[in-house]
Amino acid sequence: MKDIFKLFASVGWAGEVLVRSTLHFPSVLWRRRSRAELVTQLYATGIRTLPVVTVVALFTGMILSLQVGLELARFNQEMYLGAAVMLTLIREMAPFSCGLCLAAMVGSAIAAEIGTMKVNDEIDALVIMDISPLRFLAAPRILALVLMAPLISFYCCIIGTVGGGLVGATQLNVDFGQYMSSAMSMAKTKDLFVGLLKALTFGLLIGTISVSEGLGTRLGATGVGKATQRAVIVSFLAILVSGYMITRMWYR
Amino acid sequence: MVSFDAVTKRFGDAVVLDGLTFSVAKGEVFVVIGPSGTGKSVALKHIVGLLEPDSGTVRTSSDRIGYLFQSGALLAWMTVWDNVALPLVETTRLSDAEIDTKVRAALTAVGLEYDADKYPSEISGGMQKRAGLARSIVRDADIILYDEPTSGLDPVTARSIDRLIFRLNRERGITSVIVTHDLAAALRLADRILLLKDGKAAFCGTPAEFLASTEPNVAEFVSAMKGGTDEKEE
Repeated sequence: MKDIFKLFASVGWAGEVLVRSTLHFPSVLWRRRSRAELVTQLYATGIRTLPVVTVVALFTGMILSLQVGLELARFNQEMYLGAAVMLTLIREMAPFSCGLCLAAMVGSAIAAEIGTMKVNDEIDALVIMDISPLRFLAAPRILALVLMAPLISFYCCIIGTVGGGLVGATQLNVDFGQYMSSAMSMAKTKDLFVGLLKALTFGLLIGTISVSEGLGTRLGATGVGKATQRAVIVSFLAILVSGYMITRMWYR
Repeated sequence: MVSFDAVTKRFGDAVVLDGLTFSVAKGEVFVVIGPSGTGKSVALKHIVGLLEPDSGTVRTSSDRIGYLFQSGALLAWMTVWDNVALPLVETTRLSDAEIDTKVRAALTAVGLEYDADKYPSEISGGMQKRAGLARSIVRDADIILYDEPTSGLDPVTARSIDRLIFRLNRERGITSVIVTHDLAAALRLADRILLLKDGKAAFCGTPAEFLASTEPNVAEFVSAMKGGTDEKEE
């Protein structure tokens, strides 16, 4: 029973962080200093994650291509390899891979950073100076994730599709031009929209969860470790559940 | 300036403040001493609004309250200058030039005028506390709350922090509420001393009255402090 109350309290706290941080988004864009912080966070979210995201996206596309291609080859339908890989990536795997990378690399860093600030009294110091931690710390970080996640997801889709094409050309005898033509012919605007919507939702959830876990940190270094761990686990679960719900909403 | 009226605070089953009543006058140096876990830091957090009492009232006559945390609580990714400028940048509409003038003046007041471009990790613990103090005075704080301002510092640095607190009080009339374990510093600095025991005020008076007191809790605390010193000397 106590755990259920704790769960509801955590969800309520994350909801409060989400709403109050979102209300500060305009001031992040309006204030000169906040814009500078937003640029720093955009760099941390979008540029510093690129090497890992590239490898993850490339191999996701390659694995998809190999698995799907082998099955298609059994029915002499290799010409649809591009479409199958592209549709899977754009609808599901690109935002999913992007979400997992951002949760593991950016969300964990946010939770650890804010958690350390919490146990070092820096958050209390901000409150005493009449500086809202949600405006000063949370809003730029969450907004950066919301803005970058769709871009990273789109980038994942392109890299994954190219990776799939390379596997098709080198191991499945599918011409790269034919593969790309098939890929481009089947993907619709709706698929792109839903994929980007998923990524945006994942960015919002990862940011909110990581900030709320960081701000809820207690009990020193051990608490920071636990908050970071919880931020990643809860973000992964939120990505899975919200990903299913968005798919259900748009592809019934 | 600051008043506590029958303030009670519980954390779970533990009663940390138990009907605590005291008041601090404008411009006074008020030192709160007592054994660990008696609610000294909790009382400070009530003054600044970080904690709300379960019952009773806490009143302050000014919104400009500074707080010097044990750790200094400087933001690690900002230079000393940026840390001190932070409250002005974030909560005022002062121009960059006005902010720079105020920050330089505050840093000079605490003796850090040549360390403005350093990061907190590049300066000593004593300097971090000075920077924390500069961040309070740059906002023209009427009241500064000090949470164990000399803990973890060597005796020479601790004395220099004590002198700085005294100077800020005398030159700027800043009301100072200091939580400390350091009885010698308390006797040197305080206009009045409050001894907390089990969340209650066991004694409140001037240093002279404190030393002359026959109150058992005062005698016990002084004896414990002296005992610690004697053991080290032996």
